[in-house]
Amino acid sequence: MARLKAAEYRSQLSVVFILLAIIVLFIVGSPKAFLSGDIYAAFMSTIPFSMIMALSLTLVVITGEMDLSFPSIMGFCGYIFTVVFHASGSFPLALLTCIVVGLGAGFLNGLLIVKLRLPSLVLTIGTQFFWAGLTQVLCGGLGKTLVPTKQSILYYLFVGRIGGKLPAQILWAVLIGFIIWLVLNRHRFGAHIYFTGDNPASARVMGVNVDKVKMVVFTQMGGFAAFAGVLASIEVLYFWPTLGQGYLLKTIAAVFLGGTPVEGGVGTVFGTFIGAIIIGILEAGIIAMGMSGFWTQLVYGLIIVVSIAMHSLLRRKII
Amino acid sequence: MTVHDDALVKMVNIWKSFGHVEVLRGVNFAVKYNEIVGLLGDNGAGKSTLIKILTGVHHPDKGEIYWKGQKLVGYSVAKARDLGIETVFQERALSEQHTIWRNVFMGREITTPWGFIDIKKEREETERIMRQYMGFTSAALSVDSVVGTMSGGEKQGVAIARALHFQADLIILDEPTTGLSLSETQKVLSFVEEIKKNGKSAIFITHNIYHVYPVADRIVVLDRGRVVGEFEKATISLEKLVEKLYLVARTGKLENNQESAVSGIEEKPGQDFQSLMP
Ligand SMILES: Nc1ncnc2c1ncn2[C@@H]1O[C@H](COP(=O)(O)OP(=O)(O)OP(=O)(O)O)[C@@H](O)[C@H]1O
Ligand SMILES: [Mg+2]
Repeated sequence: MARLKAAEYRSQLSVVFILLAIIVLFIVGSPKAFLSGDIYAAFMSTIPFSMIMALSLTLVVITGEMDLSFPSIMGFCGYIFTVVFHASGSFPLALLTCIVVGLGAGFLNGLLIVKLRLPSLVLTIGTQFFWAGLTQVLCGGLGKTLVPTKQSILYYLFVGRIGGKLPAQILWAVLIGFIIWLVLNRHRFGAHIYFTGDNPASARVMGVNVDKVKMVVFTQMGGFAAFAGVLASIEVLYFWPTLGQGYLLKTIAAVFLGGTPVEGGVGTVFGTFIGAIIIGILEAGIIAMGMSGFWTQLVYGLIIVVSIAMHSLLRRKII
Repeated sequence: MTVHDDALVKMVNIWKSFGHVEVLRGVNFAVKYNEIVGLLGDNGAGKSTLIKILTGVHHPDKGEIYWKGQKLVGYSVAKARDLGIETVFQERALSEQHTIWRNVFMGREITTPWGFIDIKKEREETERIMRQYMGFTSAALSVDSVVGTMSGGEKQGVAIARALHFQADLIILDEPTTGLSLSETQKVLSFVEEIKKNGKSAIFITHNIYHVYPVADRIVVLDRGRVVGEFEKATISLEKLVEKLYLVARTGKLENNQESAVSGIEEKPGQDFQSLMP
């Protein structure tokens, strides 16, 4: 059996194991909450927003880069969606505009990083403030209702409840996960993402267009952040001017929990998928167990440190 | 400048600086059809830079490249490969966290029309290549082996097999024998002979004159960004050549000899040689 494959499976298996351990712990600690379906339906309604962005961010991290601006792009695009929706009354038009703006914001990140050779970690701190600031300036700190979006079929397609229970957004997250997996593992562009992260100099002399790969990867991040912004807003039927806040660290943590190392070059979509679930259920679970919300951060910290240590150990065994 | 029809590739008056450092200063260099050229020179002479220009990695500040008599414009790595130039880079250019089969097809994956990789075909081809060029019998290695886990010689084997596989017209080997055992070196040299037998051309860069002399048709000596000597092997014995190289190393001088004007490139007769020693 291939050594890389084996290590990758071990690493993916171990996150699944962590997830199962956490669920078992929750069931033991709070059987009433965790043996009913309701809590899982709740998870499936809230997890997809950060999950979609985590899946998308996985590609950025594999190329060896980082994006800290996606929560602000999410917020700004939520604002654009709201404004265009109220001005035109058209959900599709608002959605399209918002996605295009998101792609544009992501492309701008990529362009500046590639052309000016700026470190992405630093540049996206800047653009993060920029988009967040622009949103505040434009909306004046005021939210807006999105109740009229319920008149569109798209509302039900995106965040409706299938069979009255299953939140549609989880299906979108799974679908997006599958598409990203397909590109990363089966398409030449995915191979180029891995090569770019593993050794950009080698990739370049072998004909991989490293700059283009990075630009595309940042662009898609902006697009998915915009989409997540729409989903999160119409789920609560309200545009909050604080949209995006609170997503940054949880989303990044999901990627690292899933086994993608910060240096890039390797990483899996499946790992991120499970990582996002773990991050998503911890908070609700801890509170359901009757512990105070103060515990959440402590447990987050423990789980993250333990799992990245585990991934690192598994990797070092093979290389 | 006369265009010689017998040149497969010709680099004319190539200049290249990195920052303020002039690395190549008016280099003329050519490879004929079915010719093995040995490119010698001290550390930092500019050998790797010259071939990186030839492979489209770097762009020259000045100068032209002709491929089969055609002047090249808008040159890139992808274009060089399309023309039929394959390279074993000094740094090997491998992706160490990935498998052999991924590495063999890095940058030119076998794809279906939508750009999806034909994984089955890539793995099968890799299997074949590895057996043909690496004598792939080791039970520890498979096409799924991660390159980073392999020995230095095995990694080099992948880089060389990858270059040989595509049946290119010109194969460039940048210090392919460095760090190899005696038997592995022998294998590389026999590959070079094979290239010659197949009617293709090669550039063989090395510090070891004893490796390149037996397989080369012509030896070019580069020093501080200039060509300081060229020798057709038929006209000079190994002993004589070694003597001359020592002379360059000691005095920075190499008396201008008749043998040098045979490259298919006009050499200015009075080309001044750079002093090697301060
Ligand atoms: N990308 C680069 N940026 C800056 N300087 C460079 C770059 N590439 C090469 N150089 C410099 O150019 C000079 C020539 O380098 P080059 O690699 O071509 O030499 P070489 O003849 O291949 O040497 P060696 O035998 O050690 O491989 C060196 O002084 C090197 O430091
Ligand atoms: Mg070199």
